[in-house]
Amino acid sequence: MALTSHDIARVANLARLELRPDQIDRLLTQLNGFFALVAQLDAVNTDGIEPLAHPAAVLGEVALRLRDDIASEPNQREASQISAPAVERGLFLVPKVIE
Amino acid sequence: MSAPTVTPHPFLNADLHDLGVAELADKLAAGDVSSVEVTQHFLARIAQHAHLGAFLTQDAEVSLAQAKAADVRLASGERTPLLGVPMAHKDVFVTRDFVTTAGSKMLANYRSPFDATVVTQLAQAGMVNLGKLNCDEFAMGSGNENSAYKPVKNPWDLSRIPGGSSGGSAAAVAARLVPAATGTDTGGSIRQPAAMTGITGIKPTYGRCSRYGMVAFASSLDQAGPMARSARDCALLLSAMAGPDIDRDSTSLDMPALNYASDLIATQACNTPAPGQNGIKTLKNLTIGLPKQFFGAGCAPDVLNAVRAALAEYEKLGATLVEVDLPLTELSIPVYYIIAPAEASSNLGRFDGVRYGHRAASYGDLTDMYKKSRSEGFGDEAIRRIMMGTYVLSHGYYDAYYLKAQKIRRLIAQDFQKAFTQCDIIAGPVSPTVAWKIGEKSSDPVANYLADIYTLSSSLAGLPGMSLPAGFGAHGMPVGLQLIGNYFKEAQLLGAAHQFQMATDWHMRKPVFF
Repeated sequence: MALTSHDIARVANLARLELRPDQIDRLLTQLNGFFALVAQLDAVNTDGIEPLAHPAAVLGEVALRLRDDIASEPNQREASQISAPAVERGLFLVPKVIE
Repeated sequence: MSAPTVTPHPFLNADLHDLGVAELADKLAAGDVSSVEVTQHFLARIAQHAHLGAFLTQDAEVSLAQAKAADVRLASGERTPLLGVPMAHKDVFVTRDFVTTAGSKMLANYRSPFDATVVTQLAQAGMVNLGKLNCDEFAMGSGNENSAYKPVKNPWDLSRIPGGSSGGSAAAVAARLVPAATGTDTGGSIRQPAAMTGITGIKPTYGRCSRYGMVAFASSLDQAGPMARSARDCALLLSAMAGPDIDRDSTSLDMPALNYASDLIATQACNTPAPGQNGIKTLKNLTIGLPKQFFGAGCAPDVLNAVRAALAEYEKLGATLVEVDLPLTELSIPVYYIIAPAEASSNLGRFDGVRYGHRAASYGDLTDMYKKSRSEGFGDEAIRRIMMGTYVLSHGYYDAYYLKAQKIRRLIAQDFQKAFTQCDIIAGPVSPTVAWKIGEKSSDPVANYLADIYTLSSSLAGLPGMSLPAGFGAHGMPVGLQLIGNYFKEAQLLGAAHQFQMATDWHMRKPVFF
């Protein structure tokens, strides 16, 4: 099932991207080219196969670690905000959200 | 960012840059040369060959300060295998001392508040950082043409790509601008550029090196590794880079790093000394599996010839070659290009123009600011992958694409385990062709994806893999031999590569203008 330019616009909105019409056209061709390859996957029988998220899980259970929920880093507010586009009094500035 | 103002060493050791990591470390330890002198020499060489486009950021002052600190450690009698030796980092490792761009306009002026774990570990080992190396934007690409700043040129032919995404790392090592570099490999980004520039690189088992401070592309695939001219030098760097990072990387393996360099001689694969052969051991107990899917019509004849000749050399060294079957090799392309973009679309969601990164100059409300900032900051390939990933994860498609791909991923990993019951190591080409011309494939992303066929399956399985120089193919361009090991078998791979490099000199060849 081929994607339409409507799909591209819908996905771009989900991804918070604003695409030019020429970008939409190009992506439509390229993504349909790619999803033609993806159609080959339908032929593989995956009944009863568990998805593999951590590669080493093929050898056995991999338990993802959790650490204690305590502050482990010193306060680095200034260093962390040095690359922020707009900061005032230690706060990140964004356009007004609530009127 | 200051331009390096450096004077070459007065006795200008014209061939200082021809020395590898181990040899430089020996000279430094013996006091024949200082780290400051070595660093100045390489900084001058980088400036001399700036046209290669290998570096994005340098700061001679920072590098020389690190070199001075290494000289102090050397003077105090400290002796560690990498002390005072310069290197450079792919620009996806965040660094406090250098801007980190990940090859993207999105992070044009990004200054990290911390160093990546790998950066810290190599600094503690005493290595001097010469700067940040060019790469495909967010490590997405196979030719380094997706860098938002400039393409990297292949030192063997300046009209050709160096491979990607660690193209700056590969070109810098091949041109002797650095003795070693870090790279990252998500679907082949260490192995493929290593092959295309005639150097050696290893992607360890997934989880072997910490991902903390690596700008994330596809978290279940990303892995750091060293790139250098020989397996021995890669082993020296990997010994310092690997190891658990329990509190900072939830997928880091809880296994200690090994001394890969000392293991070169003692690997289980290479335990039969051959008397009178100048230290070369035979590989009598090593069985090498050749997946029939890696040797088909899809691979260019010049590449296959070089790979077969390298395998014949392995036979001479005593290894046994057997055919193995990896039936899902071709499907690893769509599986990878579903999983990696899905994870990328999630990881790149953090670039919102608020906390760091590019923000559009003019915008309306918050959503408009996100959209304009992201569309301006990301390049074409990043946008393409965000779109692919968002689509396959979107409502109604998740099961058909992402879940299906993760299931086939398990089948691919199981196929490797079956193959490893017949052999110790799997070998084949790295890339179906030698390096192509800059611009030749840039308008056809799917053609680029297809060229990743021989590296994607082992990435999906999380297996260690490496590329070592195997000779030359069409247009006099280098060809790599890929070796894939079972989980945690980096030492075995490096050992097998080292034995090959003791018997051959492909890794010593040098592009003519460097």
